[in-house]
Amino acid sequence: MLEIVSSVLDGLLIGLIYGLASIGLTLIFGVMDVVNLAHGSVIALGMFSLLMFFGAGLNPYLALVPVLLLGFAFGVVIYLIAVRRIINGPSLMTLLSTYAVSMIIIGVGTALWSTSPYNVNIKSETLNILGYTVTSARLIAALAAVLVTFALYYFLYKTTLGKAVRAVSNNREAAELMGIPSQQILAISFGIGTALAMLSGALIATMFPFTILSGGIYELKSFVASVLGGLGNPTGALFGGIILGLIEGSVAPFIQVSWTNVIEFVLFVLILLFFPRGLLGGRR
Amino acid sequence: MKKLWFTLLLAAIASFGMAQTITIGLTVSKTGKYNVESVNQLNGIKLWQQWINDQGGIPVGNKKYKVELKYYDDESKAERVQQLYSRLISQDKVDFLISPYSSGLTAKAAVISEQYGKVMVATGAASDSIFKLGYENVYQIYTPASRYLTATIDMLKAADANLKKIAIVYEDSKFAKAVATAAKSYAQNAGLNVVLFEGYPPSTTDFGPIINKIKASGAEALVGGGHYADGATFARQLYEQKTPLKMIALLVAPASDEFAQLGDAALGVAAPSQWEPLVKYTPDCGVTPGQFVSMYEKAYGKTPAYRAAGGFAAGLVLQKAIMDAGSLDSAKVRAALDNMDLTIFFGKIKFSTDPKSHGLQLGHDMVQIQWQKKDGKLVKEIVWPLGAKTADLIYPIR
Repeated sequence: MLEIVSSVLDGLLIGLIYGLASIGLTLIFGVMDVVNLAHGSVIALGMFSLLMFFGAGLNPYLALVPVLLLGFAFGVVIYLIAVRRIINGPSLMTLLSTYAVSMIIIGVGTALWSTSPYNVNIKSETLNILGYTVTSARLIAALAAVLVTFALYYFLYKTTLGKAVRAVSNNREAAELMGIPSQQILAISFGIGTALAMLSGALIATMFPFTILSGGIYELKSFVASVLGGLGNPTGALFGGIILGLIEGSVAPFIQVSWTNVIEFVLFVLILLFFPRGLLGGRR
Repeated sequence: MKKLWFTLLLAAIASFGMAQTITIGLTVSKTGKYNVESVNQLNGIKLWQQWINDQGGIPVGNKKYKVELKYYDDESKAERVQQLYSRLISQDKVDFLISPYSSGLTAKAAVISEQYGKVMVATGAASDSIFKLGYENVYQIYTPASRYLTATIDMLKAADANLKKIAIVYEDSKFAKAVATAAKSYAQNAGLNVVLFEGYPPSTTDFGPIINKIKASGAEALVGGGHYADGATFARQLYEQKTPLKMIALLVAPASDEFAQLGDAALGVAAPSQWEPLVKYTPDCGVTPGQFVSMYEKAYGKTPAYRAAGGFAAGLVLQKAIMDAGSLDSAKVRAALDNMDLTIFFGKIKFSTDPKSHGLQLGHDMVQIQWQKKDGKLVKEIVWPLGAKTADLIYPIR
């Protein structure tokens, strides 16, 4: 009995991180109708950024701030170079473009770091809370995910810039008519989405070993979580991530671990059958 | 005319002198994925060659034959192995063969050696399957996969006669699965209850779910793992999750020196190993482990790993068989190998003569190492077999 509770709680914690990663993906889709195929490679980049900052002597949790800033800057750069010119074209163009960015990141990453696994050796305490054993790394990562999510909500709903982002997301032409510089907003949104992806990568790196290819599975889960919650809806993405984590946690004790992903995706298909627009509805 | 006779006489004497060599053929993975391990193995073989040649060569009857090695680069590829072994036998006319490194490549070489009836000593190959094909000419030096963890279970039972529940959690790869499956039946035959038997995907980084299962199963000991990356992560997370196990034995990972980087998570973790430099075997012939280690360190500047030891052992076993046979005739050497039952620096050597498993290594056992603290530092100690240990087993570890 305790093991199931333990498993579900572990799932919840990791689900919060899936949620954070998914918000990054869904935000970009919501604002500019772009499916960002560079999402996974950027997550992996976040893992390596943390490794480098940690290697330079920075406290791994303080290093999350420069990772976030680096992610934002990198996102803006990707937008300006790979997305801006083709944003009004067929969606296949942006798909290919972001995929190309992903290939470039992975290629350079492999050249720099090869495909061997790396570790960020954080001193993690093992805590025992009412019989539930959890590492401090996992708890702090989940907490960080929650904090950043709140910060994002504050930004989107309590600041003018955030309002502008939501306006462009709702209707770009109308926003432009209102005097909102849409190109700048798009760049900022892409930057935020990338920053969130890199941050989630860094948080994952505090818990598990990684390679430049590790982003792939998290990209997949981000897609699933985003669609589960309704593509374009940040709240939906967060809940989608949490639900995914909970599903993983609840089925794991009963089946072979290799089957967890299979069950996850089968449930995903089933949910979509009944809720084609996601559990919380997508962007209108 | 006189000059011709003289030249012919000289040629005869020269060829007589030249005939005093034994050529051993093999391939080495100078490039490709097996490069590091294969070159390691070759270093051991070359060291043996140098050692025996320094003594004048292999004594056969009342003559001494110097050893010549003929080897090519197999590029870690199976097709190259087949081509090159055929060439070694039919064109280079080698007398005997040593296998390439790895079970995969050795399986290919064995097909050729069997075709031509040439004796091949297989080292660096732990697969059982090669020896289930009815071959008569291949002889295995390493302990086979099926016995990788059996000595671990023997060690567990010797340490704790009351041990009942064991979990076997392994990487879902061909090698680890074979080892785990063999361990399961061995454990059950030894009266243990295998409460968990599960494989995990090779790229697993989050062992949380499976560790929860281990806890839920009530297992007292855990054996399994796979290769380095997953084994090290598994060991670390087992420690972080404060898993209440009395013994943890994983494949490959703890046998590597880098495992010490895990710090406290490495303490008490055991692993099977083909051979370790500090092992205390008393050999019936050849060099002692200590002599091998110092020869190797002098020649190559570092401590030998088990692959190099396996290489030297291959040469030594072949040499002993030739000496016992008193001839270079393949049939006589095969008979000598079939009869071999001795201990060398590498451990016991005894081959199966059962036609269903001919050549399988029966005598050699894995040594078990365990990470312990000595003078505040983490070191690998040999804890099994009891006759070769450098320290007592720590049990329970947590």
